[in-house]
Amino acid sequence: MSKSSLRGQYGKTLLDLGRQNHDIIVMDADLAKSTKTQTFAKEISDRFYDMGLSEQDMISTAAGLALTGKTVFASSFCVFLIGRAFDQVRQSVCYNQANVKLVGTHSGLGVGEDGATHQTLEDVALARTLPNLKVIVPADALETDFAIRLAACTPGPFFVRLTRQDLPDLHSPDHQFALGKGSVIRDGNGISLIAMGSMVHVALAAAEVLEKEHHIPAAVINMSAIKPLDGDLLMRYALKSKGFVTVEDHSVNGGLGGAVAEWAAQNYPLPIKIMGMKEQFGRSGSSEALYDHFGLNTDHIVAEARSILNIR
Amino acid sequence: MPKRYDPDALQEIARRLRVSIIEMLAESASGHPGGSLSIAEIMSYLYFHEMNIDPANPDLIDRDRFVLSKGHAAPALYAVLAERGYFPKNDLFGLRKINSHLQGHPHRLDTPGVEASTGSLGQGLSMAVGMAMGLKLSGIHSNVFCVIGDGESQEGQIWEAAMTAGFRKVSNLCVFLDHNNLQIDGKVTEIKNISPINSKWEAFGWQTLMIDGHSINEIHEAIRLFHTEFRRPTIIVAKTVKGKGVSFMENQVDFHGVAPSQMEKEIALKELQHV
Repeated sequence: MSKSSLRGQYGKTLLDLGRQNHDIIVMDADLAKSTKTQTFAKEISDRFYDMGLSEQDMISTAAGLALTGKTVFASSFCVFLIGRAFDQVRQSVCYNQANVKLVGTHSGLGVGEDGATHQTLEDVALARTLPNLKVIVPADALETDFAIRLAACTPGPFFVRLTRQDLPDLHSPDHQFALGKGSVIRDGNGISLIAMGSMVHVALAAAEVLEKEHHIPAAVINMSAIKPLDGDLLMRYALKSKGFVTVEDHSVNGGLGGAVAEWAAQNYPLPIKIMGMKEQFGRSGSSEALYDHFGLNTDHIVAEARSILNIR
Repeated sequence: MPKRYDPDALQEIARRLRVSIIEMLAESASGHPGGSLSIAEIMSYLYFHEMNIDPANPDLIDRDRFVLSKGHAAPALYAVLAERGYFPKNDLFGLRKINSHLQGHPHRLDTPGVEASTGSLGQGLSMAVGMAMGLKLSGIHSNVFCVIGDGESQEGQIWEAAMTAGFRKVSNLCVFLDHNNLQIDGKVTEIKNISPINSKWEAFGWQTLMIDGHSINEIHEAIRLFHTEFRRPTIIVAKTVKGKGVSFMENQVDFHGVAPSQMEKEIALKELQHV
């Protein structure tokens, strides 16, 4: 499967949108080269603000700009965008219902070598608690393109969580993307692997192992629609599978697993295994090495899926 | 609104704002009197002489904007909005109550005339900077006014925003620093001294003016200087008295966030010559 850069796509989509819509403003906090907002900045410099290393000021200033009618994209690494500036996201953006699109890159362990300080494992949990904020975690470049376009034309606050690393192209160009809708990457009625972002293609590899080596038909759901959550899709697969395994490059508390478990407990209780980071920070290493080190790989997903079905 | 400058009329409005502040806080039995009373002249001047606003058309695209970054002084903002006709004065008695549109701290989606929701200190100034940048970018020649506190100036975000506005020459922004030298835990000079104030703001690239924040004439002169500055944002450091106008509240730190009792209300209204 070919791979593409999600943040590279973000920069390209932003530029395309910025050419068409002169109310689009882009802000960054000294990471434009990394978040790829630089692609926009190079051509549309009069609508790009590098706010320097002031994420909190950037977020509130973005809200102020939005309150004069602008559509503002503000970017940084997820750890600074949602973590450091959480109170500004809460009060300046969400409480004001300001038309600000928070697009974070370098999420989770996938950051790799920079280590724990830069690997945010809490941002989805934080973002999920905020009223008015829509949360999307694209799994590939095409979905990133759709998510950014949707955010640009939908009033109100968004958080789009992107990765540092390139990810396999999972969707075909005719993919139908919509707010609050996840996608089915692979059908199957034994067990459902529900993943987000960088873990979707890992879940897909695990599903193939489950089917080939263990004769367990496994579905793979890309739950990019974190808030609003795609409850219809969850119900469809809850009705036909014996359990869910959720997989995320994020804390097991309050993220994708938390959202799915909350949904299941209130709508259709079924066995769930939540895979992610448990009560620990990340560390330095390549993203592949980190995923192996912390058990976010094909083998572990297969083992968790089999344990739900009581197969040892 | 007559644009003829009438300092006595503006002073009289400031007095009426103080009466409203005392009345609504006594009724709600909760809220922040001290820092509301200290900005009565500033609010009177902005809303009754300076700003291009129309309560009948609160969304006019070329209106001037006001952001109360020290959001706990909401009673002063609500008093002046009611006085100016954005909503009935009787609504003020709903302050902080369950079915009222007057939240404990300003919320733009609840209250007509409120431009930005504020309360977590430091954020309002950044929002005001963003608004001023947005207006400039759109070619709209309106101004943004903002009030920050001296305790609030201990927030790092104030200085991030100060750097942004100074660096970007956001000259359509005028900030008042309500310098009453009191914060919840005591005197600003004793908790974490923010002085030297003037040289800090000058160093950040702002036109920095010092005035008596209770003198309508000094506010008038400072705003005149704001209108002649086209390269820098302006900050007006307004020396004020917390609790101004009510003898037993003046310079009393305990009236930062404690509403007056019914008996205190009666005394306060008598002092404010409200009969």
